[in-house]
Amino acid sequence: MRSLLVYLKKYRRDAILAPAFKLLEALFELAVPLVMAGVIDVGIAQGDTGYILRMCGLLVLLGVAGLAVSITAQFFAARAATGFAAGLRRALFGRIQEFSFSQMDLFGTDTLVTRMTSDISQVQSGLNLTLRLFLRSPFIVFGSMVMAFTVDARSARVFAATIPLLAVVVFGVMLISLPLYGKVQTRLDGIMTATRENLSGARVIRAFGQEDREEERFRAQNAELTRTQKFVGRISALMNPLTYVMVNIATAVLIQRGAVRVDSGILTQGQVIALLNYMSQILVELIKMANFIIQMTKASACARRVADVLETEPDMPDGSLSLADADPNAPAVAFHGVSLSYKGSSGRALEDVSFTARRGETVGIIGGTGSGKSSLVNLIPRFYDATSGSVEVLGHDVRAYREEELRRAVGVVLQKAELFKGTIAGNVRWGNESATDEEVDSALAAAQAKEFVDSRAEGSTAPVEQSGRNLSGGQKQRLTIARALLKKPEILILDDSASALDFATDARLRAAIREASRDMTTFIVSQRAASVQHADQILVLDDGRLVARGTHEELLASSPVYQEIYYSQFPKEDAAHG
Amino acid sequence: MDKSKRAAQARVLRRVLRYLGRSRAYLAASLLLALATVLLTLYIPKLTGEAVDRMLGPGQVDFAGVAAVIARILVCAAVTGACQWLMSLCNNKMTFEVVRDIRNDAFAKIERLPLGYIDSHPWGEIESRVIADADQFADGLLMGFTQLFSGVVTILGTLVFMLTVDARITLAVVVITPVSLLVAAFISKRTYVLFRRQSELRGEQTAFINEMIEGQKVVKAFGRKEAVEEEFDRINERLSACSLRAVFFSSITNPATRFVNSLVYTCVGLVGALAVVRGTLSVGQLAAFLRYANQYTKPFNEISGVIAELQNAIACAERVFELIDEDPQTPDAPDAASPSAFHGEVTLQDVDFGYVPARPLIQGLNLRVQPGQKVAIVGPTGCGKTTLINLLMRFYDVDRGAIFVDGKDARSYTRRSLRDGYGMVLQETWLRSGTVRENITMADPSIPEEEMLSAARACHIDSFIRRLPQGYDTPVARNGEGFSQGQRQLLCIARVMMSRPYMLILDEATSSIDTRTELKIQEAFNALMEGRTSFIVAHRLSTIRNADVILVMKDGSIIEQGDHETLMAARGFYYDLYQSQFLGKAI
Repeated sequence: MRSLLVYLKKYRRDAILAPAFKLLEALFELAVPLVMAGVIDVGIAQGDTGYILRMCGLLVLLGVAGLAVSITAQFFAARAATGFAAGLRRALFGRIQEFSFSQMDLFGTDTLVTRMTSDISQVQSGLNLTLRLFLRSPFIVFGSMVMAFTVDARSARVFAATIPLLAVVVFGVMLISLPLYGKVQTRLDGIMTATRENLSGARVIRAFGQEDREEERFRAQNAELTRTQKFVGRISALMNPLTYVMVNIATAVLIQRGAVRVDSGILTQGQVIALLNYMSQILVELIKMANFIIQMTKASACARRVADVLETEPDMPDGSLSLADADPNAPAVAFHGVSLSYKGSSGRALEDVSFTARRGETVGIIGGTGSGKSSLVNLIPRFYDATSGSVEVLGHDVRAYREEELRRAVGVVLQKAELFKGTIAGNVRWGNESATDEEVDSALAAAQAKEFVDSRAEGSTAPVEQSGRNLSGGQKQRLTIARALLKKPEILILDDSASALDFATDARLRAAIREASRDMTTFIVSQRAASVQHADQILVLDDGRLVARGTHEELLASSPVYQEIYYSQFPKEDAAHG
Repeated sequence: MDKSKRAAQARVLRRVLRYLGRSRAYLAASLLLALATVLLTLYIPKLTGEAVDRMLGPGQVDFAGVAAVIARILVCAAVTGACQWLMSLCNNKMTFEVVRDIRNDAFAKIERLPLGYIDSHPWGEIESRVIADADQFADGLLMGFTQLFSGVVTILGTLVFMLTVDARITLAVVVITPVSLLVAAFISKRTYVLFRRQSELRGEQTAFINEMIEGQKVVKAFGRKEAVEEEFDRINERLSACSLRAVFFSSITNPATRFVNSLVYTCVGLVGALAVVRGTLSVGQLAAFLRYANQYTKPFNEISGVIAELQNAIACAERVFELIDEDPQTPDAPDAASPSAFHGEVTLQDVDFGYVPARPLIQGLNLRVQPGQKVAIVGPTGCGKTTLINLLMRFYDVDRGAIFVDGKDARSYTRRSLRDGYGMVLQETWLRSGTVRENITMADPSIPEEEMLSAARACHIDSFIRRLPQGYDTPVARNGEGFSQGQRQLLCIARVMMSRPYMLILDEATSSIDTRTELKIQEAFNALMEGRTSFIVAHRLSTIRNADVILVMKDGSIIEQGDHETLMAARGFYYDLYQSQFLGKAI
């Protein structure tokens, strides 16, 4: 958790000034009982009204001074806390953007979102409270003890005995409840996932009439959360009563001692009152501290969760080569005995795959569901690292390139079409920020998106909602293709990205891509034989293995797997006159 | 404007109280315990004062009296401690249960919202209402409830105790108090707006974070990290600036009221000391008074702190309530029919529809489907195929015209029975968290094992499932991560098979399944469609050729209609579409 402190550095001055001013305030507060003892022992004892008035004036002054320093402290604390939280959010967001695909798979988006939002805001309030209280309260507790010693050392021993006992209770409760708050968070995560699922699955849930059952499930999960919360609450609720009882026992002892000391003339009445006041000040601070600790335990559980993400190093070390280092004569892509298994899964997604794709070639990849097609192309832009074997792009192992350089060379259209809030042109420009309007237009045209974009009144400045929800699946796919085309990559990968397009559009799309760049190496992953049959070479995958490789004619003649796929889509009689 | 805001806050509070009403007994217990706690807490300073008055000076100490007082202090302290703890338990129970109930209601509303709402609101924002806002509300309420009530009781109790000692000093205290209240009220009025704004900005940021974390792979693939981070910084800075103001202004409350306290304390000291000098008050009583002065004002401190917290809690509650108050989908008519079976005759009559009223998507659509007919819907992307499904399933209601099922308006059936009548497989597969088994038997978990297995076998997914670590009991996490798109589709198909519907809707149901597997499950599909009215959206024309009726849609209306042979012979749009399947060859 210490790793989070780095983000406080920028606000070091604020973070030091806030508690410092709080201490000043505490000093003013500690002086009050002494002044009052003076009022009783001097003013009242001698009937000196002037003295009483002067001392009360002093109390008002102490109050004004306290107000001034305390507001100052609050400001510094607020600035440090909100600034720290902003910095932390920024750092966490940056870190998440650096995560490799397998790390994203491992964490899951829901947890990451909770950590970025509610966890960090808990940490912010925790820090704010810490800066204000964590020095102040112990300071007043110990300050009261020190002041008590100045009044009467023997009586003050009661303070010295009570404070460690109080500390044991306070920290004991804290230590027990801390891990429990973590559990509460986990359950909260579960509820979050359920909510998310019911938003994303609204159609299916309703189609199956599952509303009531989903509600029931949610209720059960929610009840579980409530139960845990109540359990933690029960434990942390012990702190106040326990400390209260202890302080009062100490008060009783103090009265007993005080009585003896007053009897023997060592203490005055006013001094006993001052001692009792210091004891009650301790009680007041303890109550504050108890609240503070409850907040802190929650906040530190949240901080732990944030730190977990922040401390996770991106697991793909970056290379150093740039595109300028690429070998102009090397093949575009070469696989040498590549195997891949995903983290947390026992089976192999790819097994000993080797092939070479020359520059400008179109490579079709076909195979059944789960045969490893996506896994294969995901290795080219280094979304995942091969478990064994090597993947070479433009003459070098992908691991040797700097990530951004490699990704500049490789354009990918993922299976799942993701768009972002903004405009159509804005989304396409992700491919190339500095592209001209004409370039955007021609990318849209090549991606067969021109027609529907032009049908919008605003054209390419038409708004795209969050995650592109206002577009159909096919429209989204075409925009993601345009986005990749605008990048003018050396290698373009279409990972089953035309599945929502009809055949005619799909065919025109492929033609346009060929037209757009003759020396671009293109990988087309598809279920459709029609999409790959004109490729320069076709890779046929089955269960993670590369079972055949060649042109359409060669494969149709030699590969049983390919034949099966092809004829399932083109019954023989059609293929004959097609 | 202030007035309407205050009215809104009051409404929210009343509503929270209504939720509280469900656990009245605990509320009563909590109030009683608080009362006991406060009274005993107040009694102790009085006892201490009495003890001090029994030690006047050297040789003037009444040891027996002091011992008796000490005994009483100890008993009081023990009882107070017990009461405090029990009170916390009651408060915990109430707070967490109110939040639980509110969350349940919010979730129940999500299940009843029109799909139009879900489709048009950022999910992250809806989520943040159910999760973060409800959570913050719980914190504020817990703190608020515990402290507000005992604060108020302390104030009243102290007043009574002070009155029993000396009326004049009490009066002095009472006169200064309103200052504290005014200060607190002044500050809380200012901070409410700031907290509300902070809540909004947080919602905006959550939505952005959601989108970017979900699309992280694309962000990476396009090396957009910096650009995205810049955008994030912009929102983050706005949020941070607003937070600073909200946090700072609300935290002024504490020092300000503490200052008023010190004035009260001084005042008591002054008036009290003068009274002792005059001989109308004992030193022990003054000591008790001073502690009362502290005790009396401390709650004001806390109350104002609590008020700041409650402001935030109310702002959050308001957002949750806004969700709960969203209009649900039009409820089923009270006399809505709920047939257990359908023949499957579907008729669309002059149907108009648009997601946005200003932009009609479907206009004057007419269609008549006989029971058991297979209807294929084809057309270029974006022609309205998915919209048609939205209307058939009543995810959206038609703007004009009507859809009849078995001769009766679809709106005259309960949604539940109508949707039960349909089986639907969408292109966007959705699996819920739970086991594979729970996903397949979603329609009816009581389905016998054997039937489930045979459906899985028919979909050629059985052997795959068996190879999973825990077979059918393998948990499905996060919308089926770890399953390929095709496997997810197979699971969805098995799921529909289990539900034995009367009508079928297949929207690109096999788009991610390879053709070999598809061919293998074709038999199961044929059996499924046998005798059932089926609506099939597909791009693979070979799957469509066998349909009884092919609807060719373009721009929201049906431009051609007929079977494969007729349409081919007509040499129209369908003919072009069909030919284009082989267009690839010409290139």
